Amino acid sequence: MGISPVLWQFLVKWLNASALFPSEASTIAPYMDALYFFLLSITGIGVLLVAVLLVVFSVRYRKAVHPVATQIEGSTLLEATWTIIPLGLFLICFVWGALLYFRIYNPPVNSMNIYIVGKQWMWKAEHPGGQHEINALHVPTGQPIQLTMISQDVFHSFSIPAFRIKREVIPGRYSTVWFQATTPGEYHIFCTQYCGTNHSAMIGTITVLSPADYKKWTEESTSGMSLAQNGERLFASMGCNACHSGNAAARGPSLAGVYGSKLLLNNGSQVLVNDAYLRDAILNPSQHVTSGYTPIMPTYQGQISEDGLIDLVEYLKNLSSNDRVQQTLTTSQSDQAAPSASGVVKP
Amino acid sequence: MDSAIANPHLDHDAAEHEHIVLPQHRHHFATEEQQREAGSFGMWLFLLTEIMFFGGLFFAYLLYRNWYYDAFVAASNQLSIPLGASNTAILITSGFFMALAVWAAEVRKKTLLVIFLIFTIVFGLAFLGIKYVEYHEKYEKHHIPGANFDVSEFINPSAYGLNEKPLPPDAAQKTQMFFFLYFAMTGMHALHMIIGIGLLFWLLARAQRGDFTNGYVAPIENFGLYWHFVDIVWLFLFPLLYLINRHPLAH
Amino acid sequence: MPKKNFINAEHGLLSWLLTGDHKRIAILYLISITVFFFIGGAFAGLIRLELLTPQGDLVSSDTYNKLFTMHGVIMVFLFLVPSVPATIGNFLIPMMIGARDLAFPKINLLSWYLYIAAGTIMLTAMALGGVDTGWTFTTPLSTHYLNTHVLTTAVAVFIAGFSSIFTGLNFIVTIHRMRCPGMTWFRMPLFVWAHYAASILMVLGTPVLAITLVLVGMERVFGIGVFDPTKGGDPLLFQHLFWFYSHPAVYIMILPGMAVISEVVSTFSRKRVFGYTAVAFSSVAIALFGFFVWEHHMFIMGVSNYSALVFSLLTMLVAVPSAIKIFNWCFTLQQGSITFETPMLYAFGFMGLFTIGGLTGVFLGSLGMDIQLTETYFIVAHFHFVMVGGMLMAFLAGVHFWWPKMTGRMYPESLSKLAAVVTFIGFNLTFMPQFILGYLGMPRRYHAYPQEFQVLNVLSTAGATVLGVGYLLPVLYLAWSLKYGAIAGDNPWQATGLEWQTQSPPLTENFPEIPIMDHEAYDYEWLEHKTQHEVTHVG
Repeated sequence: MGISPVLWQFLVKWLNASALFPSEASTIAPYMDALYFFLLSITGIGVLLVAVLLVVFSVRYRKAVHPVATQIEGSTLLEATWTIIPLGLFLICFVWGALLYFRIYNPPVNSMNIYIVGKQWMWKAEHPGGQHEINALHVPTGQPIQLTMISQDVFHSFSIPAFRIKREVIPGRYSTVWFQATTPGEYHIFCTQYCGTNHSAMIGTITVLSPADYKKWTEESTSGMSLAQNGERLFASMGCNACHSGNAAARGPSLAGVYGSKLLLNNGSQVLVNDAYLRDAILNPSQHVTSGYTPIMPTYQGQISEDGLIDLVEYLKNLSSNDRVQQTLTTSQSDQAAPSASGVVKP
Repeated sequence: MDSAIANPHLDHDAAEHEHIVLPQHRHHFATEEQQREAGSFGMWLFLLTEIMFFGGLFFAYLLYRNWYYDAFVAASNQLSIPLGASNTAILITSGFFMALAVWAAEVRKKTLLVIFLIFTIVFGLAFLGIKYVEYHEKYEKHHIPGANFDVSEFINPSAYGLNEKPLPPDAAQKTQMFFFLYFAMTGMHALHMIIGIGLLFWLLARAQRGDFTNGYVAPIENFGLYWHFVDIVWLFLFPLLYLINRHPLAH
Repeated sequence: MPKKNFINAEHGLLSWLLTGDHKRIAILYLISITVFFFIGGAFAGLIRLELLTPQGDLVSSDTYNKLFTMHGVIMVFLFLVPSVPATIGNFLIPMMIGARDLAFPKINLLSWYLYIAAGTIMLTAMALGGVDTGWTFTTPLSTHYLNTHVLTTAVAVFIAGFSSIFTGLNFIVTIHRMRCPGMTWFRMPLFVWAHYAASILMVLGTPVLAITLVLVGMERVFGIGVFDPTKGGDPLLFQHLFWFYSHPAVYIMILPGMAVISEVVSTFSRKRVFGYTAVAFSSVAIALFGFFVWEHHMFIMGVSNYSALVFSLLTMLVAVPSAIKIFNWCFTLQQGSITFETPMLYAFGFMGLFTIGGLTGVFLGSLGMDIQLTETYFIVAHFHFVMVGGMLMAFLAGVHFWWPKMTGRMYPESLSKLAAVVTFIGFNLTFMPQFILGYLGMPRRYHAYPQEFQVLNVLSTAGATVLGVGYLLPVLYLAWSLKYGAIAGDNPWQATGLEWQTQSPPLTENFPEIPIMDHEAYDYEWLEHKTQHEVTHVG
């Protein structure tokens, strides 16, 4: 062969490192790829059809062999054919795509929740157990994982191509996506919504571990306090416990067990108390007044970071009784009364 | 421009008998009637673009009024109904005079045309004058959105002698959204009025010269369309901005 | 070249700069958009050069962000939107319907001056340091997080928008009111139908962009929180307002290209366009449906799942009229008598590449598929296929097709065929790899990327180099032809349009006498009859 061995080596190394197709590392990936191949087939057939028509007609009816054109008005039958068949195919794509979309954006009930905060230009992942990661995410296989995401500044978008998932990360509201990883390994995390100077640097690695390895990792990398424990601390230090003390005559409603419940508001409407509701209630309390209470809660807009809000939300999610709230009432006059690390609150 | 065409009779086809080519007739049009219809159609289309332009603001208004109704009510109650209603009457009157001006041009009465145009301008300026008064009042009360916005009047209305429901602080902040839309929408409207009044002065000058009382009515007619459109926009703005949840004895 | 024509009717720079002649204005536009095309293209070249290597080593991140922003803004607003309508449309629509000019010549000239003002302001923004918001001005990045010349650029785009609105307004009134005797709607060339549809979009859609930019400007200057969640605003409101225009905008860009293809395919098959009515109505259908699909740019942005369903369905519907056109054009060839001059080559290129581009749009309209593909290079490939493989090829087809009419000269056929082939090859090499990159997950607007994407990026840059050559050639030989090209007759292609039945270049007043349209569109038998003794087919 005439190729220099150096060049050959270089080419081989280069081409081996280059992928033409992403690995399938989640449960949904094969479904996404199936739709992709269907769409590719339609496109291939469509382009082939057009190309064949162009070539065949060009050859058969070129001037040299077909000097006189026959004027034809049209054909309703053909019009109907090439309206209905493409429409039918596109509608199949619509239904299939819609089903896939609903699957990807509706997490199963037993999902483990991990919070993602995007900010210029890094990803912060916060596990409920208190593990914090930057531009990295460790997850186990075989467990549905929901990402609850929010941005601290501009639009970002969290993408894991190998899992075939992506969702915009928006300032001001939570967005969610879920996945279940299937194959241990390391995969790319990208920010895919242009967000300023270091948009291309806002990348990370998601490490998929076997359940055993994952358990080991959580134990090794905990910072000591779970999100909920941090939230409990904030709840006291920001004075929330003063009104939401759980006492009968308290100025604010008890928050124990409120997560997941259907709450009657003082404007007569009923809402489901989820993450978004809790976050909004802290920032815009006057629009989320529980029935029977007055709109006296101050807003914490600008006083808590998204991380802090996540801590509080996680705390409230797990709050089943007000006992510890009562305890911290008397100790929280100074703002650093932290409960012990091996607390009753579930990590 | 169209002076490139040497002979105006080139484009008369056989069916047209010899008649005086009107001085305003541009030669790319076959007939003056075609020109007039095209001009009118063009103005209607332009007004359609204006509807789409204002539409974006109306859409934002719809959204935020829906989200922050209480704040919008409180903020809207800060606007002066007497001034707003007066302005509505003034603008309608201005439109009435514009319609009279169109009539005067059509019946070729130059003096009347000039008078009516002047009245149109006067009432238009009166509208802008009252708007200035309103804007100034907002400035004094620190209700212009931005760094100097003052929410105290909404948190504690009774201290200001207002018979209003007090708003919690976070809702009170949302009154800024109302005021932003108020200034954006009425400001955009006022800008269109200023441009219109500028055009009116120009039309006035030409009317005084007799340009529009010899059969060439199109500019007056088409400007009339524009002026009535500006009027109609205000007729939507007034209730949407001034009359949110007003009660007869509230203020 | 004999006789008086619109070019030599008057002399001097002022006679051009103060003209009301739609043909002169078209030429002014042609020169200006070519200049901006190459500026935008230069930015593209730099982008591709940077992307040769995985590291961001050619320019800084900020500079790179400015490059793709300016590339997008210039190409969309200063090239694609006005390209066919303001040049070929301006020149031909009055002639095609037998009129002497557009309805409002002064507004036409104003439209050009607005374009020039917009371009100048944009160049000023660039010279002062550029803007890096992306052409999509996404908030809150553009309102609160950037220190670059956002406002200046927004003003430039605002002004360009009015240039576009006035062009569309002019076209609509002209088409409604100034058709010559006998020119019914269904005797008009399909070129006019497509421009009519595009004009409706220009007139109705662009003002929404204008107000959106005003809001962005006000938020930037006054710190209001219309789009700022910390002040109660909604960043998604911006997305809705922006895409309400910017989706119809893509149809504003492509419909005039389709307009050209109808004319070219018919002429070089010597056949009436197959399914005239279907093609005419499909243009209007695209315009109509085009207004109702904007949310498909926002499928993953946390919009309600049910609204996503509605918009996905509508997106599938809007794809159908385009398919109808492609097939009708293919079948125009059947039973025709086909020759392969340069415009026809570009038209073939359009049909193949637009089919790919359009069908990849179906990928993106399919909700679940969009999750993987959105915001990646798949999108970049998709829109370059429809805009460059589609629209730009159609533009070149049109420029070549009507070059003899506009200038009275023929372009050099062999060289132009070469350029067409080079462009086609370069284009595919540039953008096919980007589909693969997209599915692999390479995000858009990335300055640096993981190593494993390099091979495909290198292929893409290689293609871009070839493509650049393909675009440079026409500028050179078309300029050459102005002095040295063969003299073209009135109707070198033996085409049926009214514009071809008069001299090349045309008189200022277009026709010595207003024509009377007494035959159908694309009536080759009528043409045969008329020119029995004078067939002068050039090339």
